[in-house]
Amino acid sequence: MSLLVYGTITSIILALYTVGFSLTYGISGLANFAHGALYILTGYSIWSFLNQLHLPYLIAAPLSVILIGIFGFVVYWVLLLRVRGVALAELIVTFAAGVAILELLMWKGFYGIQYSLPLFVRGGMKIGGVALDYQRLIVAGTGLLLVVLLYLFVHHTRIGLAFRGMAQNERTALSVGIESDWIGSLSLAFGSALASLAAVVVLPLGIMESAIGYEVLIYALAVAIVGGLESTSGMIVGSFMIGFGQVAAARYIGPKWMIIVPLTAIILVLAIKPSGLFGQFKELEERI
Amino acid sequence: MVEAEARYRKKRLDRGIKVRADTIFAIASYKEILYLILPRALPVFGLLILPFVLTDYWGKVLVYACVYGLLALSWDFLASCGLFSLGQAFFLGIGAYIAGALSYYFHWSPAITMPIATLGGGVLCAALLSPVVRLRGVYFAMVTLMLPMLLMKMIETTGLLGGAQGLSALKPLPKGWIGGYIVVLVFMTCIFSFRRLINEDYGLVMKAIRDDDRAVMSAAINIYWRKIQALFLAGATGAFAGAFMTHHYQFVGMSTFALDYSILPVAAAALGGPGTFAGAALGSMILVPLSESLRALGGMRIAIYCGILIISVIALPEGIFHYLERKYHQFERLVRVG
Amino acid sequence: MGEEAILRAEGLNKYFGGVQAIADLSFSLRNGEFLGIIGPNGSGKTTLVNLITGFVKPSSGRVIYRGEEITRKRPYTIAGLGIVRTFQMVRLFYNLPAYKNLIIPLSSSRVKRLRGGAYGERDDVAVDLLDDMGFERDSFVPYKLAGSLPHGYLKRLDLARAMALRPEVLILDELFSGMAMSEVASTLPLIEKYHEEGLTIIMIEHRLKELFRVVDRVLVLNYGQKIAEGSPQEVMNTEAVKKAYLGIEVDV
Repeated sequence: MSLLVYGTITSIILALYTVGFSLTYGISGLANFAHGALYILTGYSIWSFLNQLHLPYLIAAPLSVILIGIFGFVVYWVLLLRVRGVALAELIVTFAAGVAILELLMWKGFYGIQYSLPLFVRGGMKIGGVALDYQRLIVAGTGLLLVVLLYLFVHHTRIGLAFRGMAQNERTALSVGIESDWIGSLSLAFGSALASLAAVVVLPLGIMESAIGYEVLIYALAVAIVGGLESTSGMIVGSFMIGFGQVAAARYIGPKWMIIVPLTAIILVLAIKPSGLFGQFKELEERI
Repeated sequence: MVEAEARYRKKRLDRGIKVRADTIFAIASYKEILYLILPRALPVFGLLILPFVLTDYWGKVLVYACVYGLLALSWDFLASCGLFSLGQAFFLGIGAYIAGALSYYFHWSPAITMPIATLGGGVLCAALLSPVVRLRGVYFAMVTLMLPMLLMKMIETTGLLGGAQGLSALKPLPKGWIGGYIVVLVFMTCIFSFRRLINEDYGLVMKAIRDDDRAVMSAAINIYWRKIQALFLAGATGAFAGAFMTHHYQFVGMSTFALDYSILPVAAAALGGPGTFAGAALGSMILVPLSESLRALGGMRIAIYCGILIISVIALPEGIFHYLERKYHQFERLVRVG
Repeated sequence: MGEEAILRAEGLNKYFGGVQAIADLSFSLRNGEFLGIIGPNGSGKTTLVNLITGFVKPSSGRVIYRGEEITRKRPYTIAGLGIVRTFQMVRLFYNLPAYKNLIIPLSSSRVKRLRGGAYGERDDVAVDLLDDMGFERDSFVPYKLAGSLPHGYLKRLDLARAMALRPEVLILDELFSGMAMSEVASTLPLIEKYHEEGLTIIMIEHRLKELFRVVDRVLVLNYGQKIAEGSPQEVMNTEAVKKAYLGIEVDV
């Protein structure tokens, strides 16, 4: 039973990690490998606001989310503009940017027990005989909310559908007059903001350090790839598969095996069925 | 009538000496011969002499630069076939662990472990990556990124092959300058061999695969097999570097799979100019000493490599080597237009 | 000309998403035959070629070559068996000299098997092939960068690339598109010569006058379906074909 509860919570957290990444990719086909870095950067930003500028939490957190969103927007115009369209260059540039951010943070000494964000609420309750703290429940709630909102946005609003159509055929969209670069930068901005939102909610659960940035990127990639990069329902299923896989691995083999699950999943899925479980783009398999 | 503004354009002309040195007439004058030979001979002599001349510390830096250089060459070769690897650490680590394990558990000497690690490493890397050669560049890159991380975590969690502590007290290479010389020689051999290979018909087919794989497929060539061959050659090069490192430091540990070993070769090749091999070598010779002299900055170094990588990708796609080559062969003049 | 079919397509269907590009298409090709495939733009001609040569997998149906099913085989395997195609959009390597473009097919295992040529002879073979194609050996033309050649030469280079593989079945996808009348006039005899030497040829063309002069049989496609099959005369007198081409009259 506890497996079920922890598995669900873990899966929702994974989905929360992935939402920002998926949104950016879904709208503009941009794979943001700086995703994990933006996540940790949010934490750093909130911590600095709280402990160095002594701002109240209710200002520090939203301010950070907005700042990170703007940061994503700026990154697009500064770095990605000239390599837009060359998927490989986009990957290298975003990944290098992400690594640079994470390593700089580590160099500045941003690790250790004093770096943590305060919980929203203390205390907990029992669900089905399993003790759960309120923070985790809030995380689960937020995660569910965001995923549902994303799903509705992408599948049911006109803007969402337009974006999806755009992602599938950029040239047609351009000819209809949609400015690809504005869409691209906005999608990166929103994806970044979602990453930072996830950070706001999840980071209080533990300590913050740069290594987590890499882990979040790996989790987001794994969920996106396992579920299929173009499908929101795939993302949900993917997060549950990896979430439960992780919890099971932690329970039955050992806690250190948790990170191995998503890593293996990425490699196996790409080797065997690259379009993922729900992917519609079979061209990944038919073509190099 | 409107006065037209004087406008200028850049005009590039071959230098006189290049034209004179272009064909067999080069042998007529020592100046032309020097012009042709100098760019090739200078680095060769430099690399041959340096291990004797440098101090202990900088000698170590040279060795380090050659190791990274081998990884950069390996990356460049794969890139010439259309395979973009973000996981050079994978090749390095496989070679390092094969040599390390053979040395630790069987006490074999480097003379035996290194060839086995090189060839075996090449085979293993090609085999492990063969299921993903048919994927698009981005996805292949992702897998190469994940593989060293996976191996690192697996070694850490299972504790196999020394686990987090690694394997130490391994058999060393011969003392003195011989040890360093081995890697310098192999490095130079690789530069010349790769350059030769890519300019022969074999390399022609490889580059064609990168440029238009469907056209090559329609010419009845099995592109996947060719890519696997490329993986073998590149993997063996990286594995040699790993095996060398293992015996040079007499230690192998999880750190051989570190991100550093994956990023710097790409930055070096991007900086020096992808596709030229000389560029990859030049890039490593610049970046490694640079990073050593900035050692005090610690983690900042990786941020700097990343910065260089980003700038190279965005602003300087042709790389330093092409720029230098162009400057050597041509000069520029502003010419008035209209 | 043999009586049996060496190449057969049976019930080919191809869907791209919701669009049916090829609908229940079957045909057979005899050894040494010269088959023309015509039809309006978008009728599925190139898709058919892609299906036969393995670049696209059919949703259903089979392709059989000399008794062996080749439906799911890789493009390079099928080319290695002797079914060679050209591309509508010329796919050459423009940054290489013209003759170097031929090195690639000459490096294939098929050619190694058939020619048994030694390493180093490839350059000579390439220049020879181009000479046959009208690129004079003694001129500088074979050595010029492919990107600097005029369009007609590029098309012939593409043809040379295909012939370098010593095909058993040659599939030409709009070889004459973009060629001037004089270039067509100089290339067509070459194709006829190959046909006389026994090569089985499938030719997709829009230039019907030239096509009808050389083919034995014609296949007409429209909306992915075969709407007529027969000699050029029979086919051009079919109602369905006339409707498809809307008033184009060709004196056969």
